[in-house]
Amino acid sequence: MGTIIIDALFVFMLAGFIGFEVIKRISPLLHTPLMSITNALDAIAVVGALVLVGRHESRLAFILGIFAVIAATSNIVGGFLITDRMLKMFKSTRPTKS
Amino acid sequence: MTTILGSQAFIGFIYLVASALFILALKWMIAPPTARRGILAGEIGMALAIGGTILQLGGEGRLEHIAINYTWIFIALGIGAAIGVPLGLVQMTAVPQRTALSHAFGAFCVTLVGTAEYFLGIQGNGIPVFKMTVLCCEVILGGLTVTGSLMAAGKLQEVLPQRPITYKGQNVVNLGMLAVAVGIAAYLVHNPMAPHLFLIMVGIAVVFGVMLVIPIGGADMPTVISLLNSYAGLSAAAMGFVLNNKLLIIAGALDGSSGFILSVIMSKAMNRSFTNVLFGAFGQVQTSAAAAQEQRPVKSASPEEAAGILAAASRVVVVPGYGMAVAQAQHKVRELYDALSKRGIDVEFAIHPVAGRMPGHMNVLLAEADVPYDHLKEMDDINGDFPQVDVSLVIGANDVTNPAAKTDKASPIYGMPVLDVEKSHTVMVIKRSMNPGFAGIDNPLYYMDQTLMLFGDAKAFVSNIVKELTGGH
Repeated sequence: MGTIIIDALFVFMLAGFIGFEVIKRISPLLHTPLMSITNALDAIAVVGALVLVGRHESRLAFILGIFAVIAATSNIVGGFLITDRMLKMFKSTRPTKS
Repeated sequence: MTTILGSQAFIGFIYLVASALFILALKWMIAPPTARRGILAGEIGMALAIGGTILQLGGEGRLEHIAINYTWIFIALGIGAAIGVPLGLVQMTAVPQRTALSHAFGAFCVTLVGTAEYFLGIQGNGIPVFKMTVLCCEVILGGLTVTGSLMAAGKLQEVLPQRPITYKGQNVVNLGMLAVAVGIAAYLVHNPMAPHLFLIMVGIAVVFGVMLVIPIGGADMPTVISLLNSYAGLSAAAMGFVLNNKLLIIAGALDGSSGFILSVIMSKAMNRSFTNVLFGAFGQVQTSAAAAQEQRPVKSASPEEAAGILAAASRVVVVPGYGMAVAQAQHKVRELYDALSKRGIDVEFAIHPVAGRMPGHMNVLLAEADVPYDHLKEMDDINGDFPQVDVSLVIGANDVTNPAAKTDKASPIYGMPVLDVEKSHTVMVIKRSMNPGFAGIDNPLYYMDQTLMLFGDAKAFVSNIVKELTGGH
């Protein structure tokens, strides 16, 4: 158990640093789409909810799991959709190089 | 019957790939040319993770239940998608409240899963100390984010009053509630078999979320939304610890650090201290000393006069604020941009980090109206240029242009970085009336010699200026 905890803390620490370094470089121009895409990615919590529904270990866990899947899925679908709509709108007068 | 699909290695590998894709998704969000590739990476990662999890559940081999449980999974996914599509198609002016609402949904999912895990745990072999600790973090952060975000969404949608609601001893009550919740959590960590206490703790967190956002006014929303974003991320990371799911820990840490960085940027842009942000006490009453000042003379101008001054300029900077969003004036502003550009006038937009109701709000609205993003300038990039600017046109922005923030130590916003519009040759301010803005802070800019007040609705006024510029050509 001890090493599992430490492993998880290592992952958290490294991901936190990566997040910090990656996100601080993002142009303020895109802060709104950034927030909507992190929202969609955060809805990966759906996997925990899917396991509750799929394993059906108790009636309570099953029902809570169903509502959790619904809430997370709406964030995934809505989050990616609106981020895409926003990013489509950003146009430059200069020809874009990608 | 455990197949390869049910093995830990299979799902572990899928999650590893998904984690890499999530990090790439954020890396590509760095600038518009690559940003849409970022969405694709995120979507593939998400699809892999969901698909992999569903396959793994099938591979675990409880055949008698699989069909029923699969049906329910797909029903729930279908309902969620049906709710998500309209939430993804809202108007761009409604993006702040939509974002707040989605923080609530994300936190709701996390809180439900945490509660379910708790009850599964106490029915089974009990819950070890570490797991119970992170479980408490998960449901407390999740619970307060659900209601806090709903309150923020309500205020942004103007279902709830936007003004701060404050009462004596507010901070004591709030901190007291948080202390009780943390105290219960500390007890539960060592004595997890107390479901009533667990539910009380969740209940306190839920009420605390409401109390936390009640005292916060509309102008502070960019900070609050960022902070709630961070809380939502951290609660998801806590859930990752509970389930020992590295993908969740990574996604939660990324979201948590994103919200954290945005809150820090927002709080710096409002000159609020870091502790102020962390404890959510930024809604503290902004006593407006200037609210009852005597009327001073201002100069005003008609759309014809404003159009004449703009036409004679060679460099114009537009300063948009929340008022532009409220009046839905962004498309008319784009027409103004076109009309002036056609005459060879250089037009740029000066974007203050906290203009609007969420980080980047103005950029999205102007992009929606097809203003090219290379004409949108950040505060630090344009502030030095104002002495060379012929006309600054302020549309629905107030505090972010207030020179008192630089000079008047008694001003509630003293020290807040502002756009130096008063240094330009002429300043024109479109404003409904001389009523002080949301925060009730008087703006000395309006009484300066070079300032002309353009009284009226932002959309109608800009539209009239455009008519003058195009008609008289």
